[in-house]
Amino acid sequence: MVSARRDARTVAESVTDPELPMLTLADLGVLRSVSEADGRVVVAITPTYSGCPAMGAMRDDLERALRAAGYADVEIRTVLSPAWSSDWISEDGRRKLADAGIAPPGAAPPRPPGPVPLTLGPPVHRVTCPRCGSPDTEEVSRFGATACRALRRCRTCAEPFEHVKEI
Amino acid sequence: MSFDNPYEALTEDNDARWAFGTGFEDPLAGVDRTVPDGVDPAGLAAYCLMLGDDALILSHRLQEWCTHAPELEDEVAIANIGLDLLGQARLLLARAGAAEGRDGGEDHYAFFRDEPEFRNVRLAELERGDFAELVARLLVFSAWRLALLTRLAGSRDPVLAAVADKGVKEVTYHRGYAAEWAIRLGDGTDHSHERMAAGLATVWPYVGELFATHPVERALAEAGVGVDPAGLRGEFDDVLAQVLRAATLDVPDLGPAAGVSGRTGRDGVHTEAMGHLLAELQSVARAHPGATW
Repeated sequence: MVSARRDARTVAESVTDPELPMLTLADLGVLRSVSEADGRVVVAITPTYSGCPAMGAMRDDLERALRAAGYADVEIRTVLSPAWSSDWISEDGRRKLADAGIAPPGAAPPRPPGPVPLTLGPPVHRVTCPRCGSPDTEEVSRFGATACRALRRCRTCAEPFEHVKEI
Repeated sequence: MSFDNPYEALTEDNDARWAFGTGFEDPLAGVDRTVPDGVDPAGLAAYCLMLGDDALILSHRLQEWCTHAPELEDEVAIANIGLDLLGQARLLLARAGAAEGRDGGEDHYAFFRDEPEFRNVRLAELERGDFAELVARLLVFSAWRLALLTRLAGSRDPVLAAVADKGVKEVTYHRGYAAEWAIRLGDGTDHSHERMAAGLATVWPYVGELFATHPVERALAEAGVGVDPAGLRGEFDDVLAQVLRAATLDVPDLGPAAGVSGRTGRDGVHTEAMGHLLAELQSVARAHPGATW
């Protein structure tokens, strides 16, 4: 039987993040897989940070969207490994962040085996101001309104802005 | 639509969005929690409680800083660090519950265990001091925990390995935050230097305990599941030396804080501060078991 339902993957991919509503869960890279067999949909998501309080809302939103699309049997699974990386934010997601005035992350730091070296002082990578495009910006606080964001200020246009951290 | 109070509007249609009371969703939902071959489930649970309690109890102390931090940025930073640790604690307590075959593990462990059943290191529970003491405690704790989690990421238990791998990224930020403040205060004014040195002196007697191997840790390390903390001292000393040199501070010349007949936090023997902390942490859940609101 040919179903008129939207494909489960398309539905799941269109659900937005509760904390960064300009991004879909697919843009953010937390949507890890969607599989459909015999009418049963299994969606796997991964938390950005261990304490991410939005996980409950994500599960809920996914389940509601899939049910609304006609899928009665929905299971949302958590996957912990591999750990989420800001590198998983899509190109589309990065553009949407910048459009919303949030600087997207640069490349996540490499993790060679062995002890994590202690680096003191501001991170070496440049963050461009999402408002005026100036590369002359400074970190105000490494921790922001959510675990995944830092606070920065532009030295050219003097505006504060948020920056999605590299992890 | 009109509401009787603002909270009704917040929860309209979607209670699950809000984390009230107990009865949180299992943070390991859908994760394969099979205990690896040859690993004693009770030992694995005891080990997860140790690492989970460290995170839970320090997270509680960090939460006490909400509305007390010197600046808004630090208020946010401390709350974020507390939230990261709470997330790690939830995963570890849930992992302990799954190993023991106990439903609702995390609530049970957090709210319904008594003081001697908590296995956190005493450093985590110490009475809240001033901001410099917080910085000193966070520096010591994060440097130790990062060294531990880096190694635990290679655990034979895939759940512990995944929790550790994720935690490494988070605790790297925590350690950096504490190190930078330690340097700013230590290498700041005479007054800030004095306060930072005093903070370090307060927490230093509890450092030795971090590297004392408990029989549970030894057994799990031998099984390839856990980490023997005695092997972390070299990395810890290197990091502390780097920070303290830049902060113009000396390693305190202080002996370890006494336990009771040699027993300390990992044995369930705590300082006086622990009872007060648990009273606050547990009173509501105990007065209203199973409540959600």
